Amino acid sequence: MGRKLLTEHVNVEGIETFEVYRKHGGYRAVEKALKTMTPDEVVDEVKKSGLRGRGGAGFPTGLKWSFLAKPEGVPRYLVCNADESEPGTFKDRYLMSKLPHLLIEGMIAGSYALGARTSYIYIRGELLYVLRILEKAIAEAYAAGFLGENILGSGYSLDLHVHPGAGAYICGEETALLESLEGKRGNPRNKPPFPAVQGLYARPTVVNNVESIASVVPILNEGGDEYAKLGVGKSTGTKLFSACGHLNKPGIYELELGVPVEEFIYSDEYCGGIWKGRELKAVVAGGSSVPILPKELILKTAAGENRLMTYESLSDGGFVTGTMLGSGGFIAMDETTCIVKNTWNFSRFYHHESCGQCSPCREGTGWMEKVLHRLEHGHGSMHDIDLVVSVAKQIEGNTICPLGEAAAWPVAAAVRHFRDEFEWHVKHPHEATQPGAVYRGAGVLA
Amino acid sequence: MAKITFDGIEVEVPDGTTILNAARKIGGGVVPPAMCYYTPLKGSGGKCRACLVRVAAGSAKDPRPMPKLVASCITPVQDGMVVENTTSQQVLDVRKGIVEMLLINHPLDCPVCDQAGECDLQNFAFEHGVSTTRYEEERRTFEKIDIGPYVQLHMTRCILCYRCVYTADQLTDGRVHGVLGRGDASEIGTYIDKVIDNDFSGNVIDVCPVGALTDKTFRFKQRVWFTKPMNAHRECSHEKCNGHVTLWYKGKDVMRVTARKDEYGEVKEWICNECRFDKKETADWILEGPAHIDRSSVISQGHYELPVVNPQIIADLPESTIRDLQQNPPLKLGGLNG
Repeated sequence: MGRKLLTEHVNVEGIETFEVYRKHGGYRAVEKALKTMTPDEVVDEVKKSGLRGRGGAGFPTGLKWSFLAKPEGVPRYLVCNADESEPGTFKDRYLMSKLPHLLIEGMIAGSYALGARTSYIYIRGELLYVLRILEKAIAEAYAAGFLGENILGSGYSLDLHVHPGAGAYICGEETALLESLEGKRGNPRNKPPFPAVQGLYARPTVVNNVESIASVVPILNEGGDEYAKLGVGKSTGTKLFSACGHLNKPGIYELELGVPVEEFIYSDEYCGGIWKGRELKAVVAGGSSVPILPKELILKTAAGENRLMTYESLSDGGFVTGTMLGSGGFIAMDETTCIVKNTWNFSRFYHHESCGQCSPCREGTGWMEKVLHRLEHGHGSMHDIDLVVSVAKQIEGNTICPLGEAAAWPVAAAVRHFRDEFEWHVKHPHEATQPGAVYRGAGVLA
Repeated sequence: MAKITFDGIEVEVPDGTTILNAARKIGGGVVPPAMCYYTPLKGSGGKCRACLVRVAAGSAKDPRPMPKLVASCITPVQDGMVVENTTSQQVLDVRKGIVEMLLINHPLDCPVCDQAGECDLQNFAFEHGVSTTRYEEERRTFEKIDIGPYVQLHMTRCILCYRCVYTADQLTDGRVHGVLGRGDASEIGTYIDKVIDNDFSGNVIDVCPVGALTDKTFRFKQRVWFTKPMNAHRECSHEKCNGHVTLWYKGKDVMRVTARKDEYGEVKEWICNECRFDKKETADWILEGPAHIDRSSVISQGHYELPVVNPQIIADLPESTIRDLQQNPPLKLGGLNG
């Protein structure tokens, strides 16, 4: 078992309270930053750590911070994106509910680094119980003098607010999140201007994922160089993975980046293999929006090398034979999974969650869902298989925000890797629609 | 100032100009279509994706191509930028796809639609679309709602360009209509019992690119290509309205009144509801003369004009570009002759 930087004390009784968190070394990072470092030094430390965005895009966090415009006399904001809604991803809610003070500490350190005097945690509306936990923790932090005026006598003041959304997946896209936070309809904005220049209330803003912000705490405690020693290559540090699906031990795992995928799935230390002794069929490695891969390509790259849990290794082979690390939502599917049904299910989600602002996504997501519904229910044709790929291609890259790609990639990848299963649904509609029927490459599993 | 090359034609524009407006400075067949962008409306654009273009070189400083197609209506130019519109097969293919998407739920009821003949989607589909559809699913329909005495809403025709929402937001006080719902269930609507009854509500009709918002006082009265547009003005008592309009005649009768539009179908000056709906007698107006119709529309039947480069910029073009234009005029690029 590798080092745990974020979840080391997660099982300590009462760790969600200020007192216990503080007893276990909590708020040391804030003390260090405010008393011994300048804001720029904090940014440099994060840069040195090589931390990459944990929300899905994997953009270097320190670099993102350094892009922030700093005009004189203009407020700046740090916004935490806690609108975790991607199917298969449930790491942030875990972190916030178990370790609320870790996030708050990260928010204080990050806000100090960016010169923000007011910061926000935008949380998914459905996570009301987590909202309550955060509100209580924020109140404790205020009472202890870690939030509010003149924190620790350093002259730095910060107000932190937690704001619930209304349960729209699109509000996890940073600019839609900002629109929603401003009280408007949660539609993504056109870029440029980027949030770093014109974000919340048209002021310079950084939007970071929960885990990215929480990771600032161990980076400041350990030092950026030490953090960068963990992991492999440009994938430094540790990352939370939410494993679900047909696994013996689904759950949240904090891994040092670089663990082989095979070890993660089959080792007793982690997921403990596929449930009921079945065979692994496919994996979606980074939340439902990343391309699905069959067993042979998730365990090894096309070149035959072991696939590792890193940004680079998982994307080895591009979208032809690779995928993405994404948000770390690791969904394993056993041999009884119907890929067509699964693809339709994903597609249904993106159709439902499209904001409807731009034409390709608004119309295309619904079109894909309807065609996939037909294929799954035995009314499809061979032409439909090509059609759904063509529609995905028409959406991909032509939309305002990445939801278009998120809707298109799973569909395109499913057909690319499991085309024979789609064709079987067309050729054998009666068998395919029987309850429990699954394509096994040679027939039906009753 | 920034110098850009658009479809092989060099043009210099002020910093901050969008690619679309730089193309409009050139004019003619190289101008990308726009279904949602509307110059007078702040914040409009970027939604329909009809104006996507390929940036083959980002700028002189960073000549790398942009990884994706960009919406020309919202992307500012950079000095040294090279943009491909009608010269890029990728752009033309994507545009076909956009037309297909827009026509999924837009009913082809042109024979009974008042917008026929001046519909941006008709022009867009004609110039960039394909003649068949691959869509076999059920189409979206909506419950009909009444949004007031002057404006008729046909939600099935709406392509959600948001122009009418921006118009109401920026031109009038107390907007009462907006986009409700999400995704392909989004619809233009008013809150339950509100009606659009402010003094400038009629302008939403002018900005609508399709037949989703039409003039109740003109419904089914006449096809636009049988009417004769005349520019006219009057002393309007409304402080925001200058009374400059286009009257659409059938014989001696004024069939409808609209704001004056430029060559891209964009309103030059907003007009009030009194001018639009209440003044339908010639005696109310001082006639100026026939309105110039220069769009590739059926309205201009009998006096078509070929799209050409704006004469104003020809003097500033490099000799090599002028030579190229003489050999390959832009009217050969897409559009009517594509």
